[in-house]
Amino acid sequence: MQAHSVRARLGNTEILHDISLAIPQGRWTSIVGPNGAGKSTLLKVLAHLLPHTGTVTLLGQPLASLPGRVRAQQLAWLGQNESTGDDLAVQDVVMLGRLPHQPWLAPPSEVDHAAVARALQATQAWEWRGRALGQLSGGERQRVLLARALAVEAHVLLMDEPLVNLDPPHQADWLALVQTLVARGKTVVSVLHEISMALHADEMVILAQGRVTHQGACSAATTHRALEAVFDKRIAIHALGDQWVALPVRKLIGI
Amino acid sequence: MTSGTLPKAASSHAAALFWAMLASALALAVLGVCVGSTGFENLIHPLLNPLQDVGKTAMAQQIVWEIRLPRTLGAWFAGALLGLAGAVAQGLFRNPLADPYLLGSASGASLGVALALAAMGGGAGMLGAAAGAGSMMNGGGYGIGAVGIFSSSLWLKLGLTGAAFIGAVVAVLLTLALSNGVQHTLRLLLAGVVVGVVLGAMTHLVLMLSPDSLQAMWDFMLGSTSFVGWLACGLMAGVWALCMLAAWLLGRLLDGLSLGDATAQSLGLPLAPMRAALVVVLALATGTAVAQTGLVAFVGLAAPHLVRAAVKATPGRLILLASLVGGVLLMAADTLARWLIAPQELPVGILTAVLGGGYLLWLMHRNTRTAGGAGL
Repeated sequence: MQAHSVRARLGNTEILHDISLAIPQGRWTSIVGPNGAGKSTLLKVLAHLLPHTGTVTLLGQPLASLPGRVRAQQLAWLGQNESTGDDLAVQDVVMLGRLPHQPWLAPPSEVDHAAVARALQATQAWEWRGRALGQLSGGERQRVLLARALAVEAHVLLMDEPLVNLDPPHQADWLALVQTLVARGKTVVSVLHEISMALHADEMVILAQGRVTHQGACSAATTHRALEAVFDKRIAIHALGDQWVALPVRKLIGI
Repeated sequence: MTSGTLPKAASSHAAALFWAMLASALALAVLGVCVGSTGFENLIHPLLNPLQDVGKTAMAQQIVWEIRLPRTLGAWFAGALLGLAGAVAQGLFRNPLADPYLLGSASGASLGVALALAAMGGGAGMLGAAAGAGSMMNGGGYGIGAVGIFSSSLWLKLGLTGAAFIGAVVAVLLTLALSNGVQHTLRLLLAGVVVGVVLGAMTHLVLMLSPDSLQAMWDFMLGSTSFVGWLACGLMAGVWALCMLAAWLLGRLLDGLSLGDATAQSLGLPLAPMRAALVVVLALATGTAVAQTGLVAFVGLAAPHLVRAAVKATPGRLILLASLVGGVLLMAADTLARWLIAPQELPVGILTAVLGGGYLLWLMHRNTRTAGGAGL
C-alpha cells in the first residue's frame, strides 16, 4: 500500500501536507505522533474515507479506481469511538462486517456465519454473542467492534486506537492477535498512543504537524531517536528483555 | 472451544412478533368493524337477516362497507406508514428519539391544510355540513367536534389531503435545501426544527387571519381516522407497499449506518444516494399518513421502541416489524377512541399521545432503573 503526495483538509485547515509513504505488505505498521499530528486523518485517507489529493494505491492499483464493494473487501476499518446502537445484538454487529461479501438482498450465508464465529472467538467475545451491546463494558464493547473489523477478513486491517478501554491482559491478547494476523500474511496498520505497544510493530511511521518525519523498523535506533525527538525528548526508549519500551523522562514542572 | 453455530433466538423472536402483529391486526379489523355508535346488535342482526328489514340491512351494509371497513384498514395503513417512517428516521439519524415529523413534514402539512381551509372561505361552514353527513352515517357522530373534515365532497377531500401532502413535501424539500443535502445529520435535524418552527408560526398566522378555519384545523391537528374512505385507504396502501419495498432495499444502509458514517462507508455502502432515498421514503410515508389522518402523535416514535423492547433487531430488520406494530397501535387506538365514550368519539390523536407518552415515560423509568440512567 502506497501514498503519493497526499494532502487532506478538515474544513479550511490542511491537516496532511504532501505525504508519501509505503506500507509494507504482510507486516504490521504503527503510525505514531503527538496529538494533532494527523494520524487518524492519514489512516482515514489510507482507508479512502476522506477526500484528499494525491494517490493512494493498493497492490499498485489506485484505491479511487476500485469499486466501493471491492475496496471494502480488501480494506477493513476500525474507527476511533465507533458508534453503535446499544440495542443491537453482538452477533448482529459483527455480522455487519460481512456486508461487503454479501449479495445485496441475500441473507448471511454459512461462510458469513463461520467468519463471524471465528472473529468472535478470536476476540473472546463468543460468549456474549446473544447479548445487546448496551449490556457490555467499554472494553468488552471494543472487543466486539474489533471482531466486526476482523469479520471482514480483508487483506489490510486499518485500526485507529484499537486499545481504547482494553485492560492490560486484553491489550496483550490484541497484540497476539495482530501478530497472528501478520503471520498469516495480513497487513495491519494501526494508530496507537501507547508507544510501548506501537514499538511491537514491524514498521513505524512517525508523524508531526501533518508530515512524515521518519519511517523505519521499530527495532532501529534511528527510529527510537526520531520518536524521542518528535515528543520533545519527553520520552526515552529503553530495552527491556527482547522488547522496547517508552518511558516518560522525569521533569519537574513549576505550577 | 465453543461450537461455531450462531443462535437463532433473535430471528425466532422476530418471527413470533411478526405473526403476533398480523393476528392482532386481523382481530382488531373484526373488532373495528363491529365497534361504533351504531351498536353491534343493530349492525350484525340486519346483516345476518337481510330479508327482515331491507332498509336496515342496506344501512348496515353501508356502515360496514363505506365507513367502518375503510376506516379500520385506513387506521392500520396510516399507523404502518408512521411506524415505518419512525424506524427509518431513528435509523437514519441514529437517534432513538427521532420522530417521523422531524423534517418539518407535520408543520408543512398543517400549513397546507390551513391555507386550503382559508382559501375555501374558512371551511367551517362547509365542514359543518360535512360533519352533519358524517355524523348521520356514523349513527350519532362525534359529539365533541371531531368532525370528519374530509368527509364531504370528493373535491374537498382531494383538496385538503392534497394540500396536506404538498405542504409536507414542500417542508421536507425546504429542510433539505436549508441543510444543503442529506450529508450532515445534525444540520439536517436543525434545519427540520427551524422549518417546523417557521411553518408552525405561519400556520398560526393563517388561522388568525381566517378564524373560521379554526375548528376544522383543530380536528386536523388532533388527528382522526374518521374521514378515511376507500380512496384514502387505497392511496395509503400503495404508498405503504412502495415505501416497504424501498425500505427493504435500503435496510442494509441503515444497518451499516448504525456503526457510524465512516464505518458504513468502509463497508462499501454508497452513503449519499442511499441516504437521499431514505429521506424520500421518510417524507413520502409521513406526508401520506398526515394527509389522510392529521397529526397522529407518538405512533412513529413509539412503534420502533416497542419492537426493540421485544426483540434485538438491526435497524434494517426493524422497519417491517415497526410498521406492523405501528399499524396495530393506531388500529387499537382508533377502536378504543370509538368505544371509550360511545356513542361519542375521541380524536384518535389524543389517545395515541396519552398512551404513547405514558409508554415512553414508563420506558424512561425502566431504563433509569436497569441502566443507571443511561439510554432513553
